[in-house]
Amino acid sequence: MNRLLPLLAFLALIGLLGFGMWWNTRHETNEVPSPLIGKPAPEFKLPFLYDSAKALSKNDLLGKPYLVNVFGSWCATCQYEHPILTQSVKPLGIKLIGLNWKDQPDDAKRWLQQFGDPYDAILADPDGRTGIDFGVYMAPESFLVDAQGVIRYKRIGMFTPELIESELKPQLAKLQQGSP
Amino acid sequence: MLPELGQFALILAMLLALAQCTLPLIGAWRRNAALIATARPIVAGQFVFVVLAFGVLTYAFVTQDFSVKYVAQNSNLALPWYYRFSAVWGAHEGSLLLWVLILNVWTTAVAAFSRRLPDPLIARVLGVLGFVSFGFLLFTILTSNPFVRHLPALADGADLNPILQDPGLIMHPPMLYMGYVGFSVAFAFAIAALLGGELDVAWVRWARPWTNVAWAFLTLGITLGSWWAYYVLGWGGWWFWDPVENASFMPWLVGTALIHSQAVTEKRGSFRAWTLLLSIFAFSLSLLGTFLVRSGVLTSVHAFASDPKRGLFILAFLTIVVGGSLTIYALRAPKVAGGKPFQMLSRETLLLINNLLFACAAAMVLLGTLYPLIGDMLGVGRISVGPPYFGFMFVLLMLPVVALIPFGPFFRWAAGDWRASLRTLAPAFALAVICALSAWLLMGSLPARAVAGVAASLWVAAGIALYALKRWRDAPRGRRYTPEMLGMIAAHFGVAIFLAGVLITESTSVESDVRMAPGETKNVAGLDFHFQGVAAAEGPNFRAAQGVIEVSRNGQLITTLNPQKRQYAGNSPVQTKADIQPGLFRDVYVALGESLDDKGAWALRIYVKPFVRWIWLGGLLMMLGGFVAATDRRFRALPARSDESAPVSATNPSHSVAGALAP
Repeated sequence: MNRLLPLLAFLALIGLLGFGMWWNTRHETNEVPSPLIGKPAPEFKLPFLYDSAKALSKNDLLGKPYLVNVFGSWCATCQYEHPILTQSVKPLGIKLIGLNWKDQPDDAKRWLQQFGDPYDAILADPDGRTGIDFGVYMAPESFLVDAQGVIRYKRIGMFTPELIESELKPQLAKLQQGSP
Repeated sequence: MLPELGQFALILAMLLALAQCTLPLIGAWRRNAALIATARPIVAGQFVFVVLAFGVLTYAFVTQDFSVKYVAQNSNLALPWYYRFSAVWGAHEGSLLLWVLILNVWTTAVAAFSRRLPDPLIARVLGVLGFVSFGFLLFTILTSNPFVRHLPALADGADLNPILQDPGLIMHPPMLYMGYVGFSVAFAFAIAALLGGELDVAWVRWARPWTNVAWAFLTLGITLGSWWAYYVLGWGGWWFWDPVENASFMPWLVGTALIHSQAVTEKRGSFRAWTLLLSIFAFSLSLLGTFLVRSGVLTSVHAFASDPKRGLFILAFLTIVVGGSLTIYALRAPKVAGGKPFQMLSRETLLLINNLLFACAAAMVLLGTLYPLIGDMLGVGRISVGPPYFGFMFVLLMLPVVALIPFGPFFRWAAGDWRASLRTLAPAFALAVICALSAWLLMGSLPARAVAGVAASLWVAAGIALYALKRWRDAPRGRRYTPEMLGMIAAHFGVAIFLAGVLITESTSVESDVRMAPGETKNVAGLDFHFQGVAAAEGPNFRAAQGVIEVSRNGQLITTLNPQKRQYAGNSPVQTKADIQPGLFRDVYVALGESLDDKGAWALRIYVKPFVRWIWLGGLLMMLGGFVAATDRRFRALPARSDESAPVSATNPSHSVAGALAP
């Protein structure tokens, strides 16, 4: 039995990898129903990354829909998502708020300098408190909040151009119909 | 016409590989000398055809044959001649061909330098290598043919990915592949021993130099990659725990465990099953790395363009090779623990601890790398764990290794005397503590991590130096240092250098992001940086904005740095090219950020990184250790079949393994 253990462990690994392949082909989406969808976004008041003297709160953002994107310079997947935000999300005209989560401000600035800055505003959440309120598992995650401050859509993991077409755009269209 | 010949050569090579993994294995099984004897000629034939295919592809790049799709995708008319060679392995198809070529180089070297080993064993080894080669050639031909035409020919190609247009990238992939493809030899020996039901462990002795050389190449490849990332990616980091880096690091960790456990098995006969298992794992992780990088199952900043069909093929191949070898292991691994008994405090125990920690570290990296997949499976979405996880866990696992390294050589086999070892090592310990204390007192502001780095580095270095000294005093002239021992000393000394580099750089680097207008001077870490402005510059195939920064200390000019932001042809993103003044004790590193206004002000990143070179210097020393150890004549000794511990002295200098060092 002992000598079978490596084989069994390996088969489990193959199962995981096979699952990953299958998931990638069939399940382009990995949205999980979040208890927060349809509920008001949690209250927050956070300093700007580039100007920590000033802060932005949930109330300041009411009146127009916006997309909160959780990122960190330590997160490899964020780096991959970044050009997609710049190329595919920015042209949609939605206000893009970066939530710099569990990160050193200097690292984040350097990272943004390296890869560009698609955000309309970046808020710093170094100890991750606001992230907890939003129920963030891990970066990257994105939340679509409507003009009344209600979370309408949540995406765990990175946006791909296909996902933006198939999910984000319809959600944005719904928002537009809802508030003519 | 030529590309079609290249394709024919590939197909012929594949058929020969098929023959190589059937005829010799059947021969060894049926004890048929004629079939056994086919192994070497087939290996030679396959080698010729793979070299031919690779040569044809290289020729297509050098002559810029844009009727070949792969060439048109990865080069253009403006590409300088030296990058046309490295462009061959600049993307998936060509790098796969490089993989196959290097596998053939190793196989041919094994066939050429193992004439003294028993024929059935070598037939099995070459048969196993042939199977691996067959799988990869089939994969190339079915899913990733580099010779596909694009007709009519294009007038000009796209471009080689600009980030790959760098001298570091010419050497990095071949060295890396030499490393992890090289583990296929240890793997093949292990499988051959299992298949043949070898009762003794002589095969371990013959496999050792191959493992050491593969490990040394892998060390070099990883070191080159880290150095390249440091000066090309433009933000001064030297390791990012990216999935692709992890893919090369996991085989290295298991390989490190393997070279140590092979030593135990060869000399004492213990850990037989464990050595077999590690041999299988080291190569399996190389294959797994290939899968992760090429299947698109994980997203990474430098993964190859992916295709589910390719992923499926490698997954199937991985299942057959690794699943098959683990099944063979489960069926045939030695049931009885062999070897000489040893006490709890002995060199065996220390090496066992080394093995456990390195295996755990590899498992930890594997878990972290696969985290996004596990997230998917549990339905919590694609998530990634970053450097905080890897950094913390890795340091935790390596702390005991660093603490125990100096004891290794002092502990005797079977029963070590820890009191005597402690007494001998007391000066090293005292030196480490005294130097760390005085560094802390003199430098005042030195962070704790830097002090720890100094102490750890001195502990390891002084411990190794004491061992070298002991050999010098105790052993008779001429017998003082065997190459194996010298290699160990060099590699462990490399660990000391590496430790100093990592901990001092990580804790005392000054990283400053500043806005500078032309004519402005800023002081960073005691150096004055005078920014003269940014001007346009022109390269062979790119345009650049080039900054001019004069670095001086107390009014004395040290150097002028010219960092660039490069725009290559096409729509490729801008490349940041930092400029560095390297130094043994500190690097001055300047990179251009963004242009901030129309008056010429720029954001600049100015880093002063003490001891950062020591990281790669340490890596190079470890590599050197691997190569030196592999030259030990003992490994080439005649097989001592009946008694594994019999002293063997006869060697034949004409069959030098040194030849395998530069195949």
